[in-house]
Amino acid sequence: MTLNLHGIWAIYRFEMARSLRTLWQSLVGPVLTTSLYFIVFGGAIGSRMQSVDGVSYGSFIVPGLIMLSLLTQSVGNASIGIYFPKFTGTIFELLSAPISSMELVIGYVGAAATKSVVIGAIILATSAFFVPVVVEHPLAMIAFLVLTSVAFSLFGFILGIWANSFEQLNFVPLLLITPLTFLGGSFYSIDMLPQPWRTVSLFNPVVYLVSGFRWSFFGRGDVDIALSLGVTLAFLLACLAVIAWIFKSGWRLKS
Amino acid sequence: MTEPILTLSGVSKTYKGGFTALHGVDLAINKGEIFALLGPNGAGKTTLISIICGIVTPSTGTIHVGGHDAIADYKAARSLIGLVPQELSVDMFETVLATVTFSRRLFGRSGHSAYIEQVLRDLSLWDKRDNKIMELSGGMKRRVLIAKALAHEPEVLFLDEPTAGVDVALRRDMWKLVHALRERGTTIILTTHYIEEAEEMADRVGVINKGRLLLVDDKAALMQKLGKRELDLTLVDTLDRVPAGLEQWQLSLVNEGRTLRYVFDATQEDTGIPSLLRELSARHVAFKDLETSKSSLEDIFVDLVEERA
Ligand SMILES: Nc1ncnc2c1ncn2[C@@H]1O[C@H](COP(=O)(O)OP(=O)(O)OP(=O)(O)O)[C@@H](O)[C@H]1O
Ligand SMILES: [Mg+2]
Repeated sequence: MTLNLHGIWAIYRFEMARSLRTLWQSLVGPVLTTSLYFIVFGGAIGSRMQSVDGVSYGSFIVPGLIMLSLLTQSVGNASIGIYFPKFTGTIFELLSAPISSMELVIGYVGAAATKSVVIGAIILATSAFFVPVVVEHPLAMIAFLVLTSVAFSLFGFILGIWANSFEQLNFVPLLLITPLTFLGGSFYSIDMLPQPWRTVSLFNPVVYLVSGFRWSFFGRGDVDIALSLGVTLAFLLACLAVIAWIFKSGWRLKS
Repeated sequence: MTEPILTLSGVSKTYKGGFTALHGVDLAINKGEIFALLGPNGAGKTTLISIICGIVTPSTGTIHVGGHDAIADYKAARSLIGLVPQELSVDMFETVLATVTFSRRLFGRSGHSAYIEQVLRDLSLWDKRDNKIMELSGGMKRRVLIAKALAHEPEVLFLDEPTAGVDVALRRDMWKLVHALRERGTTIILTTHYIEEAEEMADRVGVINKGRLLLVDDKAALMQKLGKRELDLTLVDTLDRVPAGLEQWQLSLVNEGRTLRYVFDATQEDTGIPSLLRELSARHVAFKDLETSKSSLEDIFVDLVEERA
């Protein structure tokens, strides 16, 4: 059984073309939001705040802000990418094609993750307009950017297969991703939290992502970098396992 | 006899709700033939096609396409198949050329432009290649679906109700295309509600109802069984019995003696109608109207089921 490279490429191109058609909307949103955060948190509030771990508050929130966009974009793009064919009925073609489930996933998730990484880079560039940005471990930063994008695009893919309506599609990011990111130390160090919230936070996977990402910028994080990396990889593998099961059982895809 | 290109054995499907849409279907399709699956709404035609194409999981049974098991060796099996679905499901925002190229690649082939151009020209879509699909008419969208199904040069083409919602000209084009494909050796399996369509198109016909394949036969043999028509003569004067001397036509009186009915075989060279009409006028049996009707698909299924019982 040979790898269907043409098939993967077709899906990847299709998804990238879809993103390019809506490039304007996809970029304006995150860039505008980030700028607003800098004006409000960095400028208005941050100027009255002490620096965190020796980093000015404005710079401190850069990794968290990127993560926030990365997670919402990954989940949003990957979920709509697979939900839409289900909704319009064009999924029949994917199901009848000589393409394996993993090849499908590479195409869809690869495209969604690519878009997220690009958006992450653009937000990083936007941040540099507002605050000084120094990246201590650029390779680790890129690795976290890519891993997080892939992991949450996988999560979005599952969401897209699970959802039976557009409401459900919007519901999960709103009810799950946004709170987890806000409570995941995007805008503060979890050391600043009183107990028991500090311990509770450790059950939030986003804490590890933000912490690891922040470590790549400042050389310091809330938790150990190895632990951050481990949790990110574990989340990624868990999503892969769920997807493997979905395709094996045909859940929500085949009757 | 050559190896069949497609074989189904014991294929059944029970949907999640517990409804059994197919009961143990066995079928062999010969390479290069046009096979029509004839059956009323809800017979299980789409279910059967969807199972072969991998869209619906069978509850039992095995399928081989070109010798490849449709599940164990699905890549090889599916590469041979093209499907034009019953529903018009296409990506509205894509252009015609982009979506057809997508289909070709999805099935594992490089975006070979000369072949795609040929397909689009054959389907009169070449001029529309840069149009978004939402800008096309319904009939054109159906042709785009055909182009997508043909994009990877399949050996077996499934057409699920190809003529639903299609005008006469497009229907004629469709038949021309089907014949041209057959010339090239493509095997074609189509579904239809209409006996005439099966008659016009197919080499062999399978009749399906309520999830059971009732019979599979050469078209000619089937038409003999199914080609019965009725000639109704509305009489000027009511009769109380069939006039003597007309026994050879096996006439019957219906509608309280106001209508004389003759059941004939439309596929025969001599339907017996001219001679009947001559005999009637010789006997001064006057009629003011005449009408022929086909027995409906329902009647035929009833006949078939009774025949088997
Ligand atoms: N996903 C499904 N879940 C449950 N029942 C289904 C499903 N799909 C089809 N059925 C049922 O299976 C039966 C066969 O449906 P199918 O679509 O195969 O018929 P068909 O012969 O293609 O009919 P038509 O000529 O109307 O297209 C119908 O009774 C239908 O209601
Ligand atoms: Mg159908």
